[in-house]
Amino acid sequence: MDLLIRNGFVFDPINGINGEKMDIAIHDGKIVANVNERRAKKIDVHGMIVMSGGVDIHCHVAGAEVNAGRLLRPEDHLGDFEPKTSVMRSGVGHSIPSTFTTGYRYARMGYTTIMNPSMPPLEAKHTHEELNDTPMVDKATYPLLGDWWFVLEYLRDGRIEECARYVAWMMTSTKGYAIKIVNPGGLEAWGFGHNVNSLDDQVPYFCITPREIIRGLCKVNKLLDLPHTIHVHTNNLGKPGNYATTLETMKCVEDLATGNKPAIHVTHCQFSAFKGDDWKTLESGAAEIADYVNSHSHVTLDMGQVIFTDTTTMTADGPFQYTLHELNGRKWVNDDIETETSAGIVPFRYRRKNYVNAIQWSIGLELALLIKDPWKIFITTDHPNGGPFTSYPRIMTWLMSIKAREGTLKRINPRARSKSLLPSLERELGFYEIAIVTRAGQARALGLHNKGHLAVGADADIAIYNVNPETTDPSREYKMVRKVFRKAAYTIKGGKVVVRDGEVVKHVEGATMWLDVKTDEQAEVTDEMKRRFREYWTVEYDNYPVAEDYLQVSHSITVKARV
Amino acid sequence: MISLRPAKEFRFPVTAECVSPDVFEGKSLSEIEALPVREGNKQRKLRELFKVEEAAKEDQAEDTFIVIHGDVTKVRRIGARMTRGEITVNGNVGMHLGEGMKGGSITVQGNVEGWAGSMMKGGIIKIHGNAGDYLGAPYRGSNEGMHGGKIIVYGNVGNEAGAHMKKGTIKVYGNAGQFLGFRMRDGTIYVQKDSGDRAGACMVGGKIVIGGFIESVLPTFTIDSVKQKVKIEENEAAEGPFYLFLGDLSESSGGKLYVSKEKNPHLSHYERFL
Repeated sequence: MDLLIRNGFVFDPINGINGEKMDIAIHDGKIVANVNERRAKKIDVHGMIVMSGGVDIHCHVAGAEVNAGRLLRPEDHLGDFEPKTSVMRSGVGHSIPSTFTTGYRYARMGYTTIMNPSMPPLEAKHTHEELNDTPMVDKATYPLLGDWWFVLEYLRDGRIEECARYVAWMMTSTKGYAIKIVNPGGLEAWGFGHNVNSLDDQVPYFCITPREIIRGLCKVNKLLDLPHTIHVHTNNLGKPGNYATTLETMKCVEDLATGNKPAIHVTHCQFSAFKGDDWKTLESGAAEIADYVNSHSHVTLDMGQVIFTDTTTMTADGPFQYTLHELNGRKWVNDDIETETSAGIVPFRYRRKNYVNAIQWSIGLELALLIKDPWKIFITTDHPNGGPFTSYPRIMTWLMSIKAREGTLKRINPRARSKSLLPSLERELGFYEIAIVTRAGQARALGLHNKGHLAVGADADIAIYNVNPETTDPSREYKMVRKVFRKAAYTIKGGKVVVRDGEVVKHVEGATMWLDVKTDEQAEVTDEMKRRFREYWTVEYDNYPVAEDYLQVSHSITVKARV
Repeated sequence: MISLRPAKEFRFPVTAECVSPDVFEGKSLSEIEALPVREGNKQRKLRELFKVEEAAKEDQAEDTFIVIHGDVTKVRRIGARMTRGEITVNGNVGMHLGEGMKGGSITVQGNVEGWAGSMMKGGIIKIHGNAGDYLGAPYRGSNEGMHGGKIIVYGNVGNEAGAHMKKGTIKVYGNAGQFLGFRMRDGTIYVQKDSGDRAGACMVGGKIVIGGFIESVLPTFTIDSVKQKVKIEENEAAEGPFYLFLGDLSESSGGKLYVSKEKNPHLSHYERFL
């Protein structure tokens, strides 16, 4: 059925629409210029905000490590469960909700597209099985390629074009969306119990440095013309003094950027913006990073904001996770995934009164406020590493209101408070900028042309929040705004109303987006490659790729590569 | 005083968190009878499973007093999160008795299944029969052990009693199973009779006193001294002599494990290290 959404205040930054009163017509899951008014179902959203559906560029919601996290933490499920209803499946979990619940909770907040950022290629089938079971949202996943043996070897030998062909093959066979690089070189070194400490450390047995991996894959990304940039989790993440490494990482691809197009996305930047020599002298490096980002156009970031709650940290960065376990002594999982990557999981409680945690909280917000251009920094918590995604409304209000920030500042560790830059920051984001950092910016950075905006032809993924931008001052009424962002008045997915007043009213399946990268020349599958699959992988070459019929709703995006 | 009698023999597990003085307080008999309970996967009302009666109490105390007569082994979570009042059970009780309770008291004349006093923060639980596994221990996977209060068991207890304990007292006048005080951080556990193996595994603080036989002390414990008596709580001490072991060294040496010297002559070889 056609839909007509009337009288809402539309915030659509990609098309420069800032709070105009407009009608939006929907036909067949797409936004159209107009529909037959008599026949269409009309929704009057007078006094409400209309935005495109939210886009999350980085959230660990599916795959082997997320599932291992669920198994590791039965206590995370104890206090947070949702019973079955006539439309919803039941589910559990505070920091790592079960797959169905993940979809429902995103939809309730008005999010309609999410990106699962770390998939060991070997676990691709598992990841897609879980994504298939994550309803209500469109999704995609990034294969971890920064420590894949073939990539390391090609880059070492300087064979960028061959590397690009293999990455293209990999992207298509694992049904991935972007190149994810985690602690480049460090994960391979972790297989031998080591790590790399700078961009110029050698990776054992491969004669290659993290700098060469990042630059190499950045070139590959350009050759393949992938919609997103390389998605980088920096070296030395979570170590005091690592802001220097982060700056170095951004600098090392400076010359590879063309025009104003970004060349690198530094993810959960908060964890990579620590200044100081050790935990006692830890300070925020947000100002230095923001300075750099403000004067360069080839970088996008996401926050990785910390929330004061009990959560579960999980990354492919095995060595970092081991350090974290040493730090808090809680139970842990660590894994070396054959020839590809590693992984680790540690439960963690961020405490207000803990100096380091309070500084971390401050860094995330400082980054978002100091970086002037909202198209360069996006709201994430690196779910669940900084906190569960359900806390996004809280972050939005911290960014929108000095009063909200002061409320939390008052309660954090006093030494951290005295070092925080937040009291000096007067900036408050408006609804227009919030629409950028939660959907438009993320969609643009991901190269999703049909998402994140409301122009004719875009997907009809829409979020409507019951707050009147003309009469509400989010700076003062932040508590009300937070509530409103938690429970969307309507969420529309593919032209169907799926959430009303914060309750799921319809179960829909989301599509899994993946890149079908067409190279002029196919990647050459030699007997040597097959032999190595047989020797070093637990999965044979022929069983390795994920077939398209494995995806419940497949949405392939064809990319024409330049090799 | 409210008395409850099971209306039938339960075939399925019954979850009855509503059986708590906090919930009953200020409610009329008919309101209490209409409280929701779960039987298996079915939602029921309290009166469908129990015969509820109101009886005058001799001494007109302020707090609500609940008495359960009969076998309620299948009934779980009785007295969960209660903060005041009293519950007496004349029979056996199911799992999660007094889970997360903050105050008040529970007395059981029979045996108790697992997780009694799990995650409790205050109050007192007295069990005149035996207690199952995980006495005062947290929910699976959690490290939020007992935060306070007292549990007294006159019979035996199962495995992992007092796991992850942070504060409070557990006294057992019978025997204890394996992994007594596993990963405990603080508080006191006293076992008058014998204990299973691996007592105090991974403990980083607190005190475990074993008055009876224990086959062996974990190799990650080191002997410190011999003590004549050990304080259990205010005005109560256990008479020794006791070997004092410190451990668990695989974590730290903050925990104290007292083992009766008299009942454990096979541990006398430790004395040469003193």
